[in-house]
Amino acid sequence: MEKQVILNATQLELTLKRLSHELIETHDTFENSILIGLQPRGIHVATRIKAQLEAILAHPIQAGNLDITFHRDDFRRRETPLLPSITNIDFSIENKRIILIDDVLFTGRTIRAGLDALLTFGRPSQVQLLALIDRRYSRDLPIQADYIGKTVDTLASERVAVEWKEIEGQDQVLLFTKEGNEAAQR
Amino acid sequence: MKQLSVDHLTGIVDLTRQDIELILETAARFKEVINRPIKKVPSLRDITIANVFFENSTRTRLSFELAQKRLSADVVNFSAAGSSVKKGETLVDTVNNILAMKVDMVVMRHPNPGAAKFLSQKIKARVVNAGDGTHEHPTQALLDAFSIQERLGSVAGKKIVIVGDILHSRVALSNIYCLQKLGAEVMVCGPSTLIPKYISELGVRVSHNLREALEWCDVANMLRIQLERQDIKYFPSLREYSQQFGLDKTLLDSLSKEIVIMHPGPINRGVEISSDVADSPQSIILDQVENGVAVRMAVIYLLAAKIER
Repeated sequence: MEKQVILNATQLELTLKRLSHELIETHDTFENSILIGLQPRGIHVATRIKAQLEAILAHPIQAGNLDITFHRDDFRRRETPLLPSITNIDFSIENKRIILIDDVLFTGRTIRAGLDALLTFGRPSQVQLLALIDRRYSRDLPIQADYIGKTVDTLASERVAVEWKEIEGQDQVLLFTKEGNEAAQR
Repeated sequence: MKQLSVDHLTGIVDLTRQDIELILETAARFKEVINRPIKKVPSLRDITIANVFFENSTRTRLSFELAQKRLSADVVNFSAAGSSVKKGETLVDTVNNILAMKVDMVVMRHPNPGAAKFLSQKIKARVVNAGDGTHEHPTQALLDAFSIQERLGSVAGKKIVIVGDILHSRVALSNIYCLQKLGAEVMVCGPSTLIPKYISELGVRVSHNLREALEWCDVANMLRIQLERQDIKYFPSLREYSQQFGLDKTLLDSLSKEIVIMHPGPINRGVEISSDVADSPQSIILDQVENGVAVRMAVIYLLAAKIER
């Protein structure tokens, strides 16, 4: 197994800060905008971005987590069932501007499912996508992010893993160049 | 990754504690789904389910059907009244004819104990037991456990008394298995004629005094007297049963602690439970009905995941 650090803790922090400022450029005071982190790994990006935004804007930002398990297109196409995580969207998204947040944008299938799942909560006025890592040229569906932390060129056999201090013990983004690695398959 | 250890849900007796916990955990996610503005997910859009009911049912059939529709499955309903069963067709033939129309899962209620297990050994589709005679009613036990967990935080360590017609109750047997597997203590209470002789061998306590049982428990599950299954008289009159084993507000308020009241339905108001108890804040009877849909979605989802493509 070969692993390469794409972003270290300092770079990751800088990237999150930049993304937060980009969001403010478009969403101003976030009066009508909501952050939605995709379960299971996008929620950590959303939590960090929310903290950054609140530090800059000095007021609370509305945010929620969305689980897409029941909307995935690979149910019964895997060895084991897909088990859901918690969704907490206990507010109306009707006519709001939504920013969907995920850690790695790869085939685009997760985002497709995320859009379907999101729309069961109502009709937002706009949906944008923020991806911390964009794995370029690997899309199965015509989906692109509006805000990108870092773009990387990867092979389909490679894996990108975003790790967090509170879970893995360190903030970093890794590229694994051999298949079958446990950490990279998440 | 976790998945169910069984291919069919014919009885709680076959489930492990991990299976039950997996179903309850998944049900909690579905409960969130059925409270969304759009209460439907597309997971099972390529699955067809037949609801085959050889016995009357309102709540269970409706609950299963809603669960299936909210998972986007295609549903066909069959009830024995007005069917070929009356013309002498066997159970396996009836079901195989339904399966010939490309059905992936069968939800069945049948008056004979063991019918679901028997069917699961004879056909290719997944089988969910929606009640087999006086034997088991697994999804009811699961939704009861889910409702207790929701109200009290957990099932483990709790004391639950099941009151009434234990002899004819499939709810009682499934509940005993389910609650014990989750680590609860179970007591049954009723007239000695309606308590099966060897039930204490399942490790449950037996009481014939309602007040004593209620003082002991955290949760009381009040069962209906199943007159339609009683071919002989088991007690002198409904009035006498009601006086000895019926729960009314006076009795409930005189207890030294607040207990949770459950009932699997249909309720015979004024017999096993009075109206003011059934409608009191201590009663979670309607929560049970709501949770029934979420729990059945979880069972169907987890079993469907094991259907080969």
